[in-house]
Amino acid sequence: MALFDFIFYGFAALTVASAGVMVFSKNVVYSAVGLLFTFFGVAGIYVLLAADFVAIVQILIYVGGILVLLLFGVMLSQKVAGVELRTGTMNVVPAALVVLGVFVVLFRVITNSAWAVQAPTEFEPTTATLGTLLMTDYLIPFEIASVLLLGALIGAAFIARKN
Amino acid sequence: MMAIGLNHYLLLSAVLFCLGLFAVITKKNAVTVLMGIELILNAANINFIAFSRFSDTDFDGQIFAIFVIVTAAAAAAVALAIVLNLYERNKSINLDEADSLAG
Amino acid sequence: MPTPVFSANLTLTNLVTSVNNLSETFTSFLFMALGAIIITGLAAVLALIGVYLERKISAHMQDRVGPMEVNTEIPLLKKIGHGWAQTLADAVKLLLKEDIVPDAADKRLHLLAPFIVFAATLAAFAVLPFGKNLIISDLNVGLFYIVAISSFVVIGIILAGWSSNNKWSLFGAMRSAAQIVSFEIPASLALLVVIMAVGSLNLGDIVAFQTGGIHKWLIFQYFPFNLLAFLIFFIASLAELNRAPFDIPEAESEIIAGFHTEYSGMKFAMFFLAEYANMFLVGVVISTLFLGGWSSPFGSFLNGSAFFQVFWIALKAFAVIFVQMWLRWTLPRVRVDQLMYTSWKVLTPFAFVAMFGVGLWMVLLK
Repeated sequence: MALFDFIFYGFAALTVASAGVMVFSKNVVYSAVGLLFTFFGVAGIYVLLAADFVAIVQILIYVGGILVLLLFGVMLSQKVAGVELRTGTMNVVPAALVVLGVFVVLFRVITNSAWAVQAPTEFEPTTATLGTLLMTDYLIPFEIASVLLLGALIGAAFIARKN
Repeated sequence: MMAIGLNHYLLLSAVLFCLGLFAVITKKNAVTVLMGIELILNAANINFIAFSRFSDTDFDGQIFAIFVIVTAAAAAAVALAIVLNLYERNKSINLDEADSLAG
Repeated sequence: MPTPVFSANLTLTNLVTSVNNLSETFTSFLFMALGAIIITGLAAVLALIGVYLERKISAHMQDRVGPMEVNTEIPLLKKIGHGWAQTLADAVKLLLKEDIVPDAADKRLHLLAPFIVFAATLAAFAVLPFGKNLIISDLNVGLFYIVAISSFVVIGIILAGWSSNNKWSLFGAMRSAAQIVSFEIPASLALLVVIMAVGSLNLGDIVAFQTGGIHKWLIFQYFPFNLLAFLIFFIASLAELNRAPFDIPEAESEIIAGFHTEYSGMKFAMFFLAEYANMFLVGVVISTLFLGGWSSPFGSFLNGSAFFQVFWIALKAFAVIFVQMWLRWTLPRVRVDQLMYTSWKVLTPFAFVAMFGVGLWMVLLK
């Protein structure tokens, strides 16, 4: 088995195991740590898919931004010192059935579809091309995303202020 | 073992999607539901980038993935602000208890 | 019967190919592991040197001598004197100390947090160029990778504060996290200035842009905007390291010891070493980005071999670290609201000015 395969299976195992910890743990902070390693695994998968810039963006924004936000949210919304952060689950059996059903459908679709696959090219750095594309072909989504972020910034600060 | 192809990535993404869906449906804690949503978005991103790699439109998938990450960040920020507000009102973030539309 | 022989031959070929493949895999893996071990050793040694330097420099600035006792009896090394083995003794002491974990603390997270902090700092060492061919991993997004990995340290700090189940730890961790996250913005904007000037995220390219003499160093180009970016990055990195004058999360007189109050023994040693390794990381990054990296200021004189390249980058990194330590023992501590004011209302606007200035310069004159 080539090194590439080993690395892929390693990262896939890391991702799925951490996602499992995130979903099935009763302690909210353990779920957050599981999510942390899931994000890392996914970033590794992106690198294997030759998307180096997106992988670093994933680490920077998801781990350095969203996960910190989630941890702050967890810690600020519990009574501090001495209370265990247990979260209950409800409707486990019907949910498991639904989710298994969805997975079976997806599995059938993936394995039975004839995807128009082309042989992948050599690994190339993507940063320059992505930058040019963002400024030429995808300028409007870029500007809209900036406005969206501005709106989210103002909105979140407004909603979370102390009255 | 065959070489790693498109199907491997799609299957991984499907597994992550189902796990995230399970978290969103069953968890009571609002922040854990948010984490499940982030997992679903990550699964979709893997799909985008896998398709972008194995087809000839080389960069569309990656651009879209960047925008998804940015939007997820905005959504998480606003959602957490709402969760904090919910905590102030109900003194708990149990989603079952947040069922009144009044006041 | 030719068939069994034929199939035996096939299986043998398959076995040989798979063993060959496996051994190729194994060798590449071995090289990667070797690189990781080198970095770990380097970071640990640099951190120990950093601790010793801090004590000596602070001592001489305060008109005393610092540690002088711990030398060795080995004849050749005895001549060095000046208590050079102090940090080794300290490290041994920390390793032998009892590992006390509070009863109500979350044991798994308490164990995980120092590892996350140390691993994040260590991972960033992998892309630093110590010489022309002395990089462990020449990533094309090297600079961006360093920024992303540094933001990983915040998680470790928050987990440390939370898992100690201690009000002061939690406050210290929250303050530290808020500080680091706030100062990431001006730091990243200052880095954008460098990226615009060079046109590449690759650290090797950035150093190659600056070879050829002191007039080509990025700190002197596009005057005064790059100088402004250098100052902003320097101040922001002080805050990211939780060093004075921004060391509220660690201040003994304020908050006991902040997020590492409940840590002892090996885990405390990891936090300690991680802070000093991070300081070296910042020193090397600043030297690479603004001060020319491993290239010599005299052009091609003294630039040839790897020995000189390592010498130059070590000199520049140590100079930056000396200034950082000097600032620690000179300036008073900044209050929390002054800290936030500095980041959001002073450094960020100036970083935007620098970025705008360099961009305008490049467009008008190129």
